[in-house]
Amino acid sequence: MKIADSQARRLLATMARYKKQVFITYFCLFVTIGLNLLVPWLIKLVIDQGLSRGDRALMVNIGLLILGLALVRGVFGFGLRYLTEWLAQRVAYDLRNELYDKIQRISFAFHDKAHTGDLMSRATSDVEQVQRFIGNGLLDLTNIFVLLVASLIIMLSADVRLTLLTLTPIPVLVLVTIRFGMNQRVLSKRVQEQMGKLSTTLQENSTGVRVVKAFAREDHENAKFNAENREYLQRRLAVVRSWASTFPFMNFIIAGSTAILLGLGGQAVMRGEISVGTLVAFNSYIVMLALPVQRLGFLVNMLSNAGASGERLYEILDEPSKVQEKPDALTLESVQGLVRFEDVTFAYGERPVLRHVSFTARPNEVIALMGPTGSGKSTIIALIPRFYDVKQAGRVTVDGHDIRDVTLASLRRQIGIVLQETFLFSATIRANIAYGHRTAPLDDVIAAAQAARAHDFIMALPDGYETRIGERGVTLSGGQRQRLAIARALLLNPRILILDDSLSNVDTETEYLIQQALSTLMQGRTTFVIAQRLITLKSADQILVLDHGAIVQRGTHEQLLAEGGLYRRIYDLQLRDQEETARYQPAALASPEPSTLSLSKGVEGQVGD
Amino acid sequence: MAMRTGAGPSTGSGRGNSATDPDDIIGKAYDPRVMGRLLEYLKPYRKQVAFAFVVMIVRAVSGLAGPTIIRLAIDEGMAKGNTALLGQMVVAYLLASGLNWVTNFTQIYTMAWVGQTLIYTFRTRLFEHLQKLTLSFYDHYEVGRIISRVIGDVGVMQEFVTWAVVGVFSDIFVLVGIIVAMLSLNVPLSLLTFTVLPLMVIVTAIWRRRARETYRQVRRKIAAVNANLNENITGVRVVQSFSREGVNAAYFDRLNREHLDANMDAARLSSLFFPAIDIIGSLATALVVGFGGVAVLEGGLTAGVLVAMVLYVDRFFDPIRDLTQRYNTLQATMASGERIIELLDTEPDILEAPDAIELPPIVGHVKVDHVTFGYSDGVNVLHDINLDVPAGQTVAFVGETGAGKSSLVALLSRFYEVKKGAITIDGYDIRKVKRESLRRQMGVVLQATFLFSGTIKDNIRYGRLTATDEEVTRAAQTVGAHEFIATLAKGYDTPVGEGGVTLSVGQRQLVSFARALLADPRILILDEATSSIDTHTEQIIQRALERLLKGRTAFVIAHRLSTITKADQIVVVSDGRIAERGSHQQLLARQGMYYDLYTMSFRREQREKALAELAEGREGVGSRG
Repeated sequence: MKIADSQARRLLATMARYKKQVFITYFCLFVTIGLNLLVPWLIKLVIDQGLSRGDRALMVNIGLLILGLALVRGVFGFGLRYLTEWLAQRVAYDLRNELYDKIQRISFAFHDKAHTGDLMSRATSDVEQVQRFIGNGLLDLTNIFVLLVASLIIMLSADVRLTLLTLTPIPVLVLVTIRFGMNQRVLSKRVQEQMGKLSTTLQENSTGVRVVKAFAREDHENAKFNAENREYLQRRLAVVRSWASTFPFMNFIIAGSTAILLGLGGQAVMRGEISVGTLVAFNSYIVMLALPVQRLGFLVNMLSNAGASGERLYEILDEPSKVQEKPDALTLESVQGLVRFEDVTFAYGERPVLRHVSFTARPNEVIALMGPTGSGKSTIIALIPRFYDVKQAGRVTVDGHDIRDVTLASLRRQIGIVLQETFLFSATIRANIAYGHRTAPLDDVIAAAQAARAHDFIMALPDGYETRIGERGVTLSGGQRQRLAIARALLLNPRILILDDSLSNVDTETEYLIQQALSTLMQGRTTFVIAQRLITLKSADQILVLDHGAIVQRGTHEQLLAEGGLYRRIYDLQLRDQEETARYQPAALASPEPSTLSLSKGVEGQVGD
Repeated sequence: MAMRTGAGPSTGSGRGNSATDPDDIIGKAYDPRVMGRLLEYLKPYRKQVAFAFVVMIVRAVSGLAGPTIIRLAIDEGMAKGNTALLGQMVVAYLLASGLNWVTNFTQIYTMAWVGQTLIYTFRTRLFEHLQKLTLSFYDHYEVGRIISRVIGDVGVMQEFVTWAVVGVFSDIFVLVGIIVAMLSLNVPLSLLTFTVLPLMVIVTAIWRRRARETYRQVRRKIAAVNANLNENITGVRVVQSFSREGVNAAYFDRLNREHLDANMDAARLSSLFFPAIDIIGSLATALVVGFGGVAVLEGGLTAGVLVAMVLYVDRFFDPIRDLTQRYNTLQATMASGERIIELLDTEPDILEAPDAIELPPIVGHVKVDHVTFGYSDGVNVLHDINLDVPAGQTVAFVGETGAGKSSLVALLSRFYEVKKGAITIDGYDIRKVKRESLRRQMGVVLQATFLFSGTIKDNIRYGRLTATDEEVTRAAQTVGAHEFIATLAKGYDTPVGEGGVTLSVGQRQLVSFARALLADPRILILDEATSSIDTHTEQIIQRALERLLKGRTAFVIAHRLSTITKADQIVVVSDGRIAERGSHQQLLARQGMYYDLYTMSFRREQREKALAELAEGREGVGSRG
């Protein structure tokens, strides 16, 4: 709660940017409250002055005044509502932009730990909580306090004793509403959790329907769902009980106030201490006060939710990026492509994943990285575009510049990356290919697509290069996506290339096309490739064999094969595998690679899950 | 109102789903057919509903008594100096309020209880219905849509049952009550006040129509904002690789601003509406005060009546506003109700024969006899398929994507119904046996392994719910999954699925093998995965496969050469027909389609080698040394 408070205060500070609007909003609020408070007083005038003195003109004038006040209140009411909404939406807008920018720019170390779902929920529901608080919450709170103070003053000035006696039930009302608010918070959280479980059960059941059917587990699934559903019912009923036992009771408390007023005030009227008008006005003030006080419970909730949400938002906004540009960072002009690792030791956390790695990649060389999973291959390629910073020891240089001394954009502009998991954006094919070079003319885009062996399938799509892909667009196969990624990298025309040659889930023909596309891509660039395939290893100028974060062997395929060691062992492992399968093959067809032969690949449309 | 064509997002939560958003639906506010079905579900609770109605009437009357009691206290008590009456009125007021409290509580609780219980029943029934539907339903009905039906649409009904059923009548009753109470106090003044009513209704109606459009716009814009956000979080590595942060931020700002603008349009509208309603309300008060005050002077009205009139006018607009809201609820309910009813009325397209018999323990002799099959009318994907698989044999299906292999194996467990011909197991036509007894003796291992959230143990046990821990462990040991499970911190109790640890593709496969093994089916259907698995796991999986297939009749959609070559029969499927069948050697000798498929894979390697040699600027270097 303490932390949440300080976050709420910070959120308030975000409104400081809009001082003028805040000022006008609160001005409107005060005017509206003032005008509202006037009405009971006017009715008191009607009853006391008009009726008892028989002043007709006063009566009509007050009727007109009530209408006039309503019109003025209407104008300020408009201003109040509109500006309140403006402030709330504006702060939400700012927060969303700030979050977006932060998320886009923060280094990979952050994204390694963050989950998309979690980030999304912060950017959506947490921003919404804050927005709601700044909109209605804050205003309602101010409204309650101003109203309370103002009506107290008016009532006290009329009759101190009656005021105090009449308002005795109000503290009870405050207690009840706040207790309700706290209660509600816990209960509705429990409901939400259970709703999450219910949805998950349902979603899993639908997604895994083939498993359910295959094992004939429908009854089991029914029982599972029923249990979650019943729990949901119980939790909802708890909320309902809390509602039902609170709101009618609150009405009764307010009625208690009115009854006290009627009894004691009525006697006072008879004794001539107060007028009937005052009595009626008192009644109006009680009602006026009681309504917002009933909402206090929700407001307390809103406040603590906004505090918690603010905390989650600032957790991200305050998170420093692990990769920072130096203030005097140089712009890296077009490079030759000489990449050096100088005694690099690196750790994501405590345990080093790279130890004293040194190598030099000369311009236009192909460097193949190989080694078991977790040996450090991916780390090496992630360090070149400076997705992570070398903090422990050593340095990475490009054309002799320490990459920490140059701007990120100018460094990454020189580097093209094609990884196994191809991420494309929901946009046109053209926009996807031109992702790194937005202004590229169509001819260049086509040329890149042709070189990537993607042009033919693109032309076969309904709108060619203008075909939308991704959500609400055409779905591409894995092989097509991969070729688009290659075209995207080609158009960037980088001096340094990073790629992963593993091709899964593509048919033979596509595999061949991709292989060709990759060879085109690699021409005339310094290339780092995580090699899974023999062909790549054989064509590499240098193979770095990694194990436990250290380079254990280096050289060409022939040299390493002759040398023995880990390379030979990995190679043999595959070879022995092939010989196992070769037993089933006629000798003439025995082939060295690969161990899994795909006579048919891919998923069949209707049934393949 | 037609079904929305697009599916809802397939997220875990159905709440906030655009497909179920009441404002997105323009439809009838009252559809007798839908209403009839809904009321049918209310029937078992008619006692509770009737009770709530009675309570509602008491509540409304006790609520309306307040101003009249106050009038009496002023006119008869204070004005006439009658302290006793004043005391009685205070007591009466307290009693009325107390009664209001109790009845209000009772009404809310009763209807909420009915609503929640009904929703519970409804959801359960919907889910049970979904379990009965066959795969051909799931092929076309996306997961997101199912969730938005069961979670979202049913949630809308909850709103309706809990608040609207009694609420509509309560509002009308209160409104009529106020009108009657006012008329009984003073007819001309009441009639004068009622003149503002039409104005109120018109303003509300205009606002409602325009507000719906603006709010729809707001939702559309926020959806665009969130979609862009989601995509760029997912693809953040690509974004940074291509240094697109600046461009993307500008684009996001545009979407964000459009959303802001749409919101401000909505804000302008509601900022106009609420003060307008306030002004109309004040107009009514002004009329009462002005004309009523004059009437008091002329002796036609007492001060107490005037006060009571002002108090009634204050309450006049609550039921009107509520009714407007209920109209929206009703509209949303009709649309949701229609979608739910449509789903409930979807009949499973494979029904169990009424005289279906329990399939006795089988040996596993499978015959496919002149089977023709298609997913929809007209287009057949399998033509006149014949197969005879003796118990214990392994059949490998090979062929191009879309040739019909998956359809063929799906027919075996009767996921779909054959169009012509028959499939028999040990001589029993599978259409004539109980589905449960059939599937219990058949195991299916799918290409994409699906695990439920729960522990590893739970997932393996899914194959046989009564299996002991030892049996689970033994099954895992047999397929070689025990090794990796043992290295996990919590072993077999490690949670997987949503919120649990992430298993690799190979590990998931091993778990699914253990699951199938535990079921110990006589017939096994296996769709081999094509995704790349590291060499070590690949070896384990190959060994596991051998154990799994041993002694069972097995149908394998095969991708591994080792599986294919070891099969008793290889069946080459092409364009829905069996093109070739035989052993590996026989088929190679035939030099037909299998030979082509096989050598194409081989040629690819040749090409690769050639390419490699080209790149090296050498020639003729054999890789086997």
